[in-house]
Amino acid sequence: MSNDTDAMPGREQLVASDGQSHPEKRQINWVRLAEAYALPGALLLIGAVFGYLRPEAFLSWANISTMLGSQAVLVVLTLALIIPLTAGDFDLSVASVLTLSAMLLAVLNARMGVPIGWAVLCCFAMAVIVGLVNAGFILYFRIPSLIVTLGTGTFVNGIVLWISSSMTISGIDPVLINYVIVTRVLGVPIVFYYALAICFAVWYVFEYTSMGRRLIFVGRGREVARLSGIKVDAVRLVCLVVASILSAAAGIFYAGTIGAADPLSGQTFLLPAFAAAFLGATAISPGRFNAWGSLVAVYFLVTGITGLTILGIQTFVQNLFYGAALVCAVALSQLVRKRETQEFT
Amino acid sequence: MTEHATGTARGIAPSLSLRNLSKSFGGARALNGVSLTIRPGEVHGLLGQNGSGKSTLIKILAGFHAPDPGAEMDLHGGPVPLPMPPGEARRRGVAFVHQHLGLVPSLTVLENLRVGDFATKRSWAINWRKEAERARQVFAHFDLDIDPGARVGDLAPVQKALLAIVRAFEDLKEAETAKSGILILDEPTPFLPRTGVQQLFSLVRKIVAEGSSVIFVSHDVDEIMEITDRATVLRDGVLVGTLTTKEATPEQFVELIVGRRVQMFQTSHKDFSERPVRARISDLSGGSVEMASFAVREGEVLGLTGLIGSGFDDVPYLLYGADTAKTGTIGIGGGSFALEHMVPPAALRLGLALIPADRLACAGVGSLSIADNMSLPVLDDFRRWGMLDWPRIKCRVRELGSAYEVRPNNTELTLGSLSGGNQQKVILAKWLQTAPKLLLLDEPTQGVDVGARQQLFAALEQAALTGTSVICASTDYEQLSQICDRVLIFARGRIIHELAGEDVTKDNIAEVCLRGTDPVEKTGETTP
Repeated sequence: MSNDTDAMPGREQLVASDGQSHPEKRQINWVRLAEAYALPGALLLIGAVFGYLRPEAFLSWANISTMLGSQAVLVVLTLALIIPLTAGDFDLSVASVLTLSAMLLAVLNARMGVPIGWAVLCCFAMAVIVGLVNAGFILYFRIPSLIVTLGTGTFVNGIVLWISSSMTISGIDPVLINYVIVTRVLGVPIVFYYALAICFAVWYVFEYTSMGRRLIFVGRGREVARLSGIKVDAVRLVCLVVASILSAAAGIFYAGTIGAADPLSGQTFLLPAFAAAFLGATAISPGRFNAWGSLVAVYFLVTGITGLTILGIQTFVQNLFYGAALVCAVALSQLVRKRETQEFT
Repeated sequence: MTEHATGTARGIAPSLSLRNLSKSFGGARALNGVSLTIRPGEVHGLLGQNGSGKSTLIKILAGFHAPDPGAEMDLHGGPVPLPMPPGEARRRGVAFVHQHLGLVPSLTVLENLRVGDFATKRSWAINWRKEAERARQVFAHFDLDIDPGARVGDLAPVQKALLAIVRAFEDLKEAETAKSGILILDEPTPFLPRTGVQQLFSLVRKIVAEGSSVIFVSHDVDEIMEITDRATVLRDGVLVGTLTTKEATPEQFVELIVGRRVQMFQTSHKDFSERPVRARISDLSGGSVEMASFAVREGEVLGLTGLIGSGFDDVPYLLYGADTAKTGTIGIGGGSFALEHMVPPAALRLGLALIPADRLACAGVGSLSIADNMSLPVLDDFRRWGMLDWPRIKCRVRELGSAYEVRPNNTELTLGSLSGGNQQKVILAKWLQTAPKLLLLDEPTQGVDVGARQQLFAALEQAALTGTSVICASTDYEQLSQICDRVLIFARGRIIHELAGEDVTKDNIAEVCLRGTDPVEKTGETTP
């Protein structure tokens, strides 16, 4: 049903005209270009508006570099999310893995005195386990990913509360803090460059490796992928595990950014990450979850919220903004995809 | 125009009369001054290649598109305002059955039958027992053996199509015009087996016997010849002719459709008995197939056919590992492989390739571009410095596109925006570029217009000449006779006959298919 292109007026003519579609072709390219760069444009626009209203607070280098640095965690989490989304799976456990990773690091390092390097390794090991558990239930029992990851996410949250006794744990090794937020390149905390590097890597894998192309086919047409010889289950498993590992990395950056881990705040990243992922799918390569689109989307959302906060608007606006952004982003991405329903399992 | 004149001259008010119907999308004219008359009680065929304007015409009738100013439309003698307001078609006794039948598989036959009432009627309670009784009467009236309590998903494809038609016909009775509605069947047959088509035709005949008219949209000239009283051909948005079917020949129709005499593709039915065996399949069981053994030789095109349910169409999927076989081995390239362990990646390594019948669900992704779809199996050949070389991929895809005559040959268009024939060219190019040793096809020309069909056949023959062996499962006997060197006919899961050389003709295949098994009763098919 979703492929009923006949429902689109005008399509048939494009097909029928046997290559005589040149005038339309040029038009389409303009539309495409506008579509692809609407979000970056909007980012610049709201930046300019807030800059005009509060030049001294908003346009200060301190504010901009803080925004770039502090939201790198959200960028990494969004990138983690778009990998299984591209393969057609939801992962609602990413924010929980982020929280557990930060907490595990704090417990091991600050409380038990494990060297920071080993603590980081433990976080990644934990992420692999969560990813494998997710994949196991989704692929072996054929349960929708939404349900499985909702469950594992909640389970992981429970572990966080358990190992932390519901308390914030501080005293993480300054070496980590140094490697995440204190070191600055061109005045911007180095964690921003980590996020950029991961962004580049995800973009490269999606666009320029055969693995990435297979991933897209797994998401768009499971049966087509299977009959083309792609090991669909293996691809989905790898995606879920990689998403978990990137979420753990985001957790480590989060712990490094604030120098401590608290059992609750990590969970608040889930909705913004989804909002950014879907909003990002309307930009740069419209119709696809893509790395650079996600990056732009994160900073679009963050700029909006920071600006509103600087204007003195209360903090509940954050929820209004993220919630509205998620739904509007999905609506927009449906428009871009010509209202084709997207199927996630 | 003349049709309109004769219609009134005889003093019968036509069921539907269209005058000067045009429709433009942007700069392109999809319909250009079409005038058409449908008489009461006639089956009127509507033919044309993809893009000829027949779907636009149907969509205007449904009120989905507004025609350009200047058009006029009469229904049962009364003028209809254009563009038609929503719901007007239904009220004025026009009902549609589309190829995607609009049935909900997880609900029962009865629920599907009454879904229109649920949507429009204001009554609070439903008397299920009475409804079921009514449904049983309706089915009995049309000699259909469908259980109102069955789940639609469990019905055979034919029964689903019949159900959709009966439902549309029941809707007509609710309309103001009661007895003489117009039922529009928009390509209902491509996914039905031949026997199912016969059942559908007998239902259509019963419907027109009660005074309604049927507009029957199809690609298939043979079907048009069989069921229609008159048929109209559209080409490039223009009505090129309305023929009285009895007085017309299939060749006349084909000529009107394509606008030139097509050289019907015909392979020379070469004798392959001296050529080396490419693949030997032994004791294959699984699906409906039982212990089938056969061999295909290098460069040979082998057809598989039979009545539906005879298992011939399971063979390509079982060989490829798309479905799991119970027993069997395939000997290919000097080795032997147990088919119960076959999976698609292993099949690809052995040099097999499969083009499934369900194009957009199994063969290609409609929302991805031609370049993405075509390049999928060969991505690893285009790596340079650890990354995919997109300019080179696009170049290859464009070359293949022009070699296989994909129109329009624009690598960025999505597969779903192409016509059925062009989609199939892309899929064929996708696999033939890997030079498979054995290409497996299931109904390769479903929903493909006459012109594109000949191009696909030529591409297959070219592949066979370069050594690819082809196994083609199909119920289209004409197609098999055109492209196959040898045809195996299945009945009840077993191979019952082999036709080779000059014996491979449409009539021979049809005769063996029908003679080899018991004649199929009206709804004698079991659910798959």
